[in-house]
Order: sequence, then C-alpha cells, then structure tokens
Amino acid sequence: MKYDTIIIGGGLSGLVCGISLAKRGSKCVIVSAGQNALNFSSGTFGLLSRLPDGRQITSPLEAIGELDENHPYRIIGEDKISEYAGMTAGFFEECGIKLHGNNDANGYVVTPTGDYKPAWLAMEDITIFPEKQEKIGEKVLVVNFKGYLDFNSAFVANAFEKSGSSCRMETVSLEATERLRRNPTEMRAVNIARVLDNESVLSEFAEAVKKLIKDEDVVVLPAVFGLNNAASLDILKNNIGVKTLFVGTMPPSIPGVRTQMLLKRAFEGAGGTFLMGDEVTGGEISGHRVLNVKTVNLGEVMLEADNFVLSSGNFFSKGLIASPEKVYEPVFDLDVDYLKDRSLWYDQDFFRKQDYMGFGVKVDSSLHALKGGDAIDNLYVTGSILAGTNQLYEGCGAGVAIFSAFYVADSISGKKEN
Amino acid sequence: MNMQEKNESANNFEQCIKCTICTAYCPVVPVNPIFPGPKQAGPDGERLRLKSSYFFDDALKYCMNCKRCDVSCPSGVKISDIIQSARIKYGRHKPKLRDMMLASTDLVGTLARPFAPIVNSTISTKPVKAILDGVMAIDHRRMFPKYAGRSFESWFRKEAGPLQSSFRNQISYFHGCYVNYNYPQLGKDFVKVMNAIGFGVNLLDHEKCCGVAMISNGMMSSAKKHAVHNVKVLKKAADTTRKILATSSTCTLTIRDEYPNLLKVDNSDVRNDMEIVTKFIYPLVAEGKVKLVFKKGYKAKVAYHVPCHMERLGWGIFSAALLKMIPGIEFTMLDSNCCGIAGTYGFKKENYEASQAIGKPLFDQINGIDPDFVTSDCETCKWQIEMSTKYQVKHPISILAEALDLEATAKLNK
Ligand SMILES: Cc1cc2nc3c(=O)[nH]c(=O)nc-3n(C[C@H](O)[C@H](O)[C@H](O)COP(=O)(O)OP(=O)(O)OC[C@H]3O[C@@H](n4cnc5c(N)ncnc54)[C@H](O)[C@@H]3O)c2cc1C
Ligand code: SF4
Ligand code: SF4
Repeated sequence: MKYDTIIIGGGLSGLVCGISLAKRGSKCVIVSAGQNALNFSSGTFGLLSRLPDGRQITSPLEAIGELDENHPYRIIGEDKISEYAGMTAGFFEECGIKLHGNNDANGYVVTPTGDYKPAWLAMEDITIFPEKQEKIGEKVLVVNFKGYLDFNSAFVANAFEKSGSSCRMETVSLEATERLRRNPTEMRAVNIARVLDNESVLSEFAEAVKKLIKDEDVVVLPAVFGLNNAASLDILKNNIGVKTLFVGTMPPSIPGVRTQMLLKRAFEGAGGTFLMGDEVTGGEISGHRVLNVKTVNLGEVMLEADNFVLSSGNFFSKGLIASPEKVYEPVFDLDVDYLKDRSLWYDQDFFRKQDYMGFGVKVDSSLHALKGGDAIDNLYVTGSILAGTNQLYEGCGAGVAIFSAFYVADSISGKKEN
Repeated sequence: MNMQEKNESANNFEQCIKCTICTAYCPVVPVNPIFPGPKQAGPDGERLRLKSSYFFDDALKYCMNCKRCDVSCPSGVKISDIIQSARIKYGRHKPKLRDMMLASTDLVGTLARPFAPIVNSTISTKPVKAILDGVMAIDHRRMFPKYAGRSFESWFRKEAGPLQSSFRNQISYFHGCYVNYNYPQLGKDFVKVMNAIGFGVNLLDHEKCCGVAMISNGMMSSAKKHAVHNVKVLKKAADTTRKILATSSTCTLTIRDEYPNLLKVDNSDVRNDMEIVTKFIYPLVAEGKVKLVFKKGYKAKVAYHVPCHMERLGWGIFSAALLKMIPGIEFTMLDSNCCGIAGTYGFKKENYEASQAIGKPLFDQINGIDPDFVTSDCETCKWQIEMSTKYQVKHPISILAEALDLEATAKLNK
C-alpha cells in the first residue's frame, strides 16, 4: 500500500499532523495501536508553566528563549511557536472542538483534588480562570453523583471557599446511575457519561439538580457530560437555569475522549485513513531513508510512503520502552537521549520531578529522527516522544504535541512544493 | 529478558490499567443497562472468576463479540476473548433449541435448501413468525435470509469447477454457509472476478461451517470439531494453492483468531494463508501484477460499511482502496459503527430492541447519504442493513464483478 505520508501513532500529535497534511491534499494514513494520552488529559492544554530549573512561568511565549537549545520549542524557533500558538484555537474550531484561553498569559483551572493548576487552553467544558482563586460567586453548590469517587466534592468546594465563596455539597442519585453501582468499579466517568448521553436521563439529572438549589448562584458539576456531543453541556446549563460550571475529573477525561473522537473524525473527513488497533512493528531503512513499515494486521503487505512521522508517544503509550538495562525506541531503534545510570531515572518521592519523563528520541533541527548519530531524511518525530523536555514537569505536553505536528506538516508539504 | 512477557497470563487480564476507555467504545453499554460493560465483564470480572465461578455473571451473554473494545484498549488487553472464554468456561445455561437452530447454519441450510421456496414463504408468514417469536424467542420483526434453490457447491461442481484447471495461478476458496445456502450469487461473482484476473478457484475438500454461531451460542464441542476439521482441510489446500481466500470477514476472523484464542485449536500452519479476497487482490493491482479493465459508463454512488470483524482484522482499507479504483464510483466511507446484528445475536427476541438501537447511527448516516447501494464484507451486516433501511447491500466483489469488463480483463491477465 502506497501513501504520501504514514504517521505512527494516533494521539494528539499524530492526529494534528495528519489533519494538517490531509487538508493540504496529502494521502495520509495513521496507524494507531490503541487509545492515547488525550483520553486521560485533564481537559486542558499546557504550553509552558514551569522552567526546568523550577521557576513558574505566567507568560509562556515570552519564556521560550530561556529553555535549553535542544528543547523542541527552541528547535522549532520562538517566532514559529508564537505563530502556531495563534493558529491553534482556529485549527481545533474547524474540527468542531471549542477551546478557550489566552496565548499571552496562562490561566488557571481547578483540579479534581481542589488545586489551581496553570493552563493555556481548555476544552469547552472546563472553566479557565484568568486569575488564581478567582471568585466565581457568593454561594456555590457542588453537586456530584452518589458513589462517584473520581471527583471529590469536598476538595473542589475547598478550592472555591479559598476564593471567598461559601459552598454547599449535594449528591444526586438516579436510577440509571445507581444501576452502575452494582459493580463497584463501574462508577467511572465514561460509564456515567454514556448513561447521561441519553436525553431523558440528562433532563432527569437537570431536574434533580434544580431541586437541590436553595439560594445558590453557581452550580459546579464534574465534567462527565457530552461524551458524543458537546451540545449536552448547553442543554444542561439551560435546564439548570443558574450559572453552571464544570470541573475536570480524575482520568479518564470525558472532554478528552470527545476531543479524540472529533479529531479522528476530522482526519477521516479530510480524506485520511485511520488504522485503529494496529501496531507498527518495524521498518526497512536504506541509506538515510525509511522505505516501508510493517504492521501486525497487514502481515506481508508493507506500507510505503515518501515520508514517515513517528508520533508514538512516551512510555505510557509504549513509544519508548524501559528495560532493566536501557531505554529504547521499539520501531526503528532510534537514538534515545537518556541517563545511563538507572538510579538517576526516578526520584523516590513520587511528586518530585521524575527525570525519566524527560527521556526521548533525538532529532536534528528539522525534527528528523537520528539513528546511529545520522539523520533519517524522511522520518520525522513529533509529540511526547521527543527528547529535550520533561513535559509533565514543564506543563508543555499539548504545546509540544501540537506545534511539532504543525512544524513537520509544514516541512513535508514545503518539501513537496520545492 | 522481557520480564513483563514472562509475567503475563494467557488471556493477559492483568495488563488492564482500569482506564475504562473500552467502555466508551462498546456499542452495547448505552442500550442495555444489564450488560456490565467490557471492563467489568472482561478483565475485572476475570480476576474474581479465577477465585470462584460464583462470580460468573450471566449478563456476559449480552456481549456481541464485536471486538470494538479490543481495538480501542491502550494496553492491548484481549477483552472480548476474556469474555467469550469465560462464557465457555463458566456458562451455566445449556443452549436452547432456538440457539442450536440459529447456530447450526450448515445443518439447517442443508435441510432447508431443497425446500427453499416452501421454507422461504413459510418462515416469512405471520403465523410462523408468531410461533418463532412465541415458542422459539426469535423476534417476529426479524426478516430471515432466504434460502437459495441450488447450493453454491452444487453449481460450482457442475458449471465452473471443470474450467478451473486451465488457469496458470490457483487459489482456494472458503465460501462459508451463507454463500452456499443463502446467496450463491456472491460465490459466482467471486469465481468470475478471480478467473478474470487469472486465478483458478478450488473448493476445499469439504469445508464445514466456521463455527462462529456455535461459539456465540455456547456449543463449544461442536465448534471445536468443526475447527479441527477445517484446519485439516485448510492445510491440505494451503499445501497445493497456498492462499485460501474468503468473502466473509466473520468466517475469516473466526478461523484466524477464534480457533487458537477461544477454541484452542492450533492453526499456525494455515493462519497467514487465509485472508479476505480484497486484501489479496488490491496489492496485486497496486503492484501492477494484475490489470483491471472497467466497463465504460459504469456509475454508482456507494457507501462502504466496515464490518466490526473487518475492523478488528484491520483490512477495511483493502476493500475501500479497491472500490475507489473503479472509475465512476462515488465512494463514501461510513463512520465506524456497529450495525447491531452480530451474527445470531440480533435474531433473539431479548436482543431485538438493543440490536436496532445499536445500529441506528449507522442507518441514519446511510439514509442521509442516500447511496445507490451500500457495500460491506459481511453477510449478517447485509441482512441487518437491508432490513433496517431501504438500501440494498452488495459485497465489494459483486460490485467489482459488475464494474469490470471481464473479457478484456481476462485477456490482460492470461
Ligand atoms: C496520563 C496523561 C495525562 C496527560 N494530561 C495532560 C494534560 O492534561 N494537558 C497536557 O497538555 N498534556 C497532558 N499530557 C501530556 C501528553 O503526553 C500530551 O499532551 C499529548 O497528549 C501527547 O500526545 P502524543 O500524540 O505525542 O502521544 P500519545 O497521546 O501518547 O499517543 C501515542 C499513540 O501512538 C500509539 N503507538 C505507540 N506505538 C505505536 C506503534 N508501534 N504502532 C502504532 N501506534 C503506536 C499509541 O497507541 C498512542 O495511541 C498527559 C499525558 C499523560 C500520559
Ligand atoms: S481499555 Fe483496556 S486497559 Fe482500559 S479498562 Fe478497558 S481493558 Fe482495561
Ligand atoms: S466485544 Fe463488543 S459488545 Fe462485547 S464487550 Fe467488547 S465492545 Fe462490548
């Protein structure tokens, strides 16, 4: 099978790259071994909120010059990053995904553990506040589903009390959600969301919430609505009547799952082919070029292309593998930047900076992959598999995934024009 | 040393990270509140069942084995295999007469076919449907696939068989029960196309039903017998023609994956030789080894539905690519959705409503597109879509047979 571009990995980065290319008429295929990090994100995108030395950042675009030279942002270049940041919300809007936020200064979202976390853009469910601890109203009613543990009302209420509101907590229990509790581990965001995708259950829920309101001017709910269609959010807001805000839950993330579904649809809508549940197991490299890759499902049939993009994610998605002796990239055995001394990989304190999260595949200035120190001319690397950044620590996961995808899509289409 | 691999159990339930993403993609979850969902029915329940069979939940029978959960799982857990294996191991209910009847496609086919006109008109009459519904719990709103008057095998042996040895290349064909008893035309189209591109067709030394319906209705020992027999005759065929092609995505998946994973029948000798016809043809055309000539003026607006099992095989791209090559075809790829029938599942009274609700997004999309016809590689998807929309469903090979200038193509591929 012959394509213009083959993308390995259908997460945020692979999809953004694929959509950009397919929209420009390129014949693209994405091979994706399973669902990805987007499904577990908090419903927000990070651009940059902390430098490697620990300094907090409020204006991310101004701080890019302070990053190391091998950080993907520095490789792509400050000007390009600003340009891409400006394009992002519009790009997602065209895919049917509403994002809101500010490129000049990070905003804040409330986490399910009741902290304020910096964020660049948020999906439409998640409320993003320009200031930390912004007061959202005088009296706040936090409503949760009975038995749902991935959203802790007390923590969330605590966050809003810190910002000066008085909070009350209530739970709702519907026949449809009670049924989920027969199996104690099934009271999870996706299960609730699927039940609430039913219009009559949704209005039953809205009625139940309305009844609980006494004199509150704001209602806060877990973001477990609108799995298949974000329109549910507006229906709910209208039915409840008072100002209604949503706070993200512990993973999985309903806004994240919905975003993933919409991106996939946009890619296929632009003419792309998405091979879901298939895995690239290796590729043939000759000279400085990848000739083809093979997959589990396609067997003897090779996938050939002019260009290849590796967007296979970090350890979590098995884009990188850690064995007792080394960290390696399993598809092409590319050069990986990692600490040789295993004892330095992680900090015993789980909440401190974990250095293994900064490992990744080495690239040149065009994001070509390096193998044995040499660049492979038609193999690009995007997203969280890139070396040079600890995305969790720096809060730049989505930014790296999106901007590196734009950059590579530009290089590939530019190459064609020349 | 790969420590992880050494610590993995046969059905890898411990790879589950409890993310519930599979639940987001299971078509049964939103329509059947009794079904506990893939995570609970699969890896979570397995952990408990290993302690005691007391924890087996009869609601596992609502799983359609569509395998959409497997395709979405980020950890590669073989969820549907865990569920089906559990049904095999712990299922307490003996299959009912109805289940045995629905499952024994080749036996019932053999009995019914000689009386096809009578059977067809009898099972479509109101009183008979009422009996099927009341006594057998086969939903009266279901339309039955018709039985053909003459089986594919009998047509082949008489009409086409003797001509096949004249072709330079040879392949074998696993036609399945549906082609044999209900829709021989698809088998005839297959033979036409294969002959035109220079391949002689051989039948197996007596294939048996792949057994998929027996597996889903809990008739494990029969299914296993069929599997052992089929692997034996497939091996014999592979030794002479190497490739064995099929037109049904479900038969293909069953033979390739369910035999070893569920029935524990070793098929490693033949697994890679068995594939769906479009996966065989498209690469030959793309590499220029086979040349196709199309009729002038052929025009059709088609919408392609990838059957769940084709999706799991990962081969929908081949059928799509082949169809897109036909000049004059206006092609739409339908969104990835289950049609809701899942073999014999949708025939059962207790599943009818759920089955139609599952298929609704697909039917709505088809109605919106208003194609000349729908195309799909699965016979049960065909029944379901034809029953639930006003559109006819054709197999990609039948479309190819219609669109090709068979004579001109044959000349180029001598
Ligand atoms: C749990 C979690 C939560 C996060 N939350 C946030 C957040 O809230 N905000 C934020 O900005 N960032 C977050 N991040 C950072 C996240 O990594 C990035 O935002 C971004 O989603 C990464 O996208 P990606 O496409 O590079 O990788 P991934 O999303 O990991 O996708 C990689 C894909 O490649 C596939 N794949 C891997 N190997 C192969 C192969 N051989 N063949 C075929 N397919 C393959 C995988 O199955 C997977 O689908 C989070 C990360 C994790 C792990
Ligand atoms: S998707 Fe896979 S890992 Fe996640 S809950 Fe389901 S089986 Fe477990
Ligand atoms: S096989 Fe299909 S019906 Fe069964 S649990 Fe998985 S997704 Fe649901």
